[in-house]
Parts: sequence; structure tokens; C-alpha cells
Amino acid sequence: MATVRVQAEPFDVGAAMAALGAGRNDIGGIGCFVGTVRDTAGGRKITAMTLEHYPGMTERAMAAIAAEAEARFDLLGCTLIHRIGTLQPGAAIVLVLAAAPHRAAALAATGFLIDWLKTRAPFWKKESFADGAAEWVAAHDADAAAAARWQHG
Amino acid sequence: MSQPVRILYFAWLRERVGTAEEALALPEGVGTVAALIDWLRARGPGFAAAFAPGGSVRCAVNQDFATPQTTLAPGDEIAFFPPVTGG
Repeated sequence: MATVRVQAEPFDVGAAMAALGAGRNDIGGIGCFVGTVRDTAGGRKITAMTLEHYPGMTERAMAAIAAEAEARFDLLGCTLIHRIGTLQPGAAIVLVLAAAPHRAAALAATGFLIDWLKTRAPFWKKESFADGAAEWVAAHDADAAAAARWQHG
Repeated sequence: MSQPVRILYFAWLRERVGTAEEALALPEGVGTVAALIDWLRARGPGFAAAFAPGGSVRCAVNQDFATPQTTLAPGDEIAFFPPVTGG
């Protein structure tokens, strides 16, 4: 069963993991990825990162990505939490948890989920720099390539 | 009179066109995403810049990713945005 959330507030990784495993003993492993705000971009110092999203479509896209992962990797459940609004360097942006009977599926599904989330869920990042400039982040070819490798998996 | 479509703009597209959302009747002869983009481009410099040919604008219709060939109907929710950069 997938849990999908978009929220401004910080998330609690331990609480999310406990909720994913609550009331069941068939899970052999939970893969975990936490994305955080790095303090530099292209050699420039970042003071903040602001995330915009498309309310409605974002939740739908995240639910579709979670359902795809659950089917591909026979997951016992997964959790996707993505934050929005203005975040400081060091803050957590995104949480991916994937629960499976064995570690290989849990770890692979975690990679799949973050790669697809980065390329298929409607979020946009704007970076604020120490010199006062603010710029929208351009999509990276490397992210598209990372997502594309799952087409053949 | 037919139902209007709702058009949403996100990220730098929103900043360039100067609005986050508008409702309008589908113009005569505009039946696809590509035709709507052509029509929007002719509205003024902000729209022309946002929808410049060869740009990287993405579109969703009724909250599903769309292509230039996707057909439009009265009542649709149409969104334009840059390539996504979440995660």
C-alpha cells in the first residue's frame, strides 16, 4: 500500500518507516532515500531553494509512480513524501521508502522511485543565491538518463 | 456558449506570461495543444517569449502529460510548465 504526500512541513524518517512496517512481519527490508538541499550549485553559494508544484497532478503522478514501483518490484508497500515551499541548505526535500521481502527489490525500487520522481512528477526548483539572484533549475540530462535506464529493467 | 478551458502556468512560464491561471473559451479552430500554443504565442511579447519556438515547454491536459497532438475540448484543464526538476 503506497503512501504519497506533498507537504511544507519537515518529515520524520523514523515515523514514516514505522508507519510503513506497522502491523506486519512479512517485510525483509526497507530501502530509504532522503534528498537534501545542497549549499552550492555550479560553484555558487545557495541561500535557499523554493519548490513549486502542480496541486492535484503532482499527487496523481506520485501515486502512479508508486503503483508502477509496487507492480515492478513486488513491493509490500512504499512511501513518497515531497516537500514544497522555501527550504534552507541542509533541509530534507524528499523521502522515498520501499518495503519488500528481500533487499534486492527494496534497494532497486528505491532507486527507481527517486529516478522517476525526478523526471515525472511536476515539481520545479528555484535556487536563491548569496548575491541576491534567483534562478529556476534547468532539467538535467543525467536525470533523464537515470530514469531511462529503468525502461529496460 | 461552450464551457471555457482553464489554463495554468507554472515556474518560469508563469513569470513570463504574468499570470498563474486564466479561463477562456477555446478560440475558433484551436483543437490541439500545438494549435493553442500557436494562438497563445500571438498574444503578446510575454507569451511569445514563454512559448518561443524550439523552447522546452511541457503540457498536461486534465492532469496527464500531453503532446502537441493531444486534442482539446471545452472544460479541459490545460497546464504549461518547464521540464520538471523535483526530487
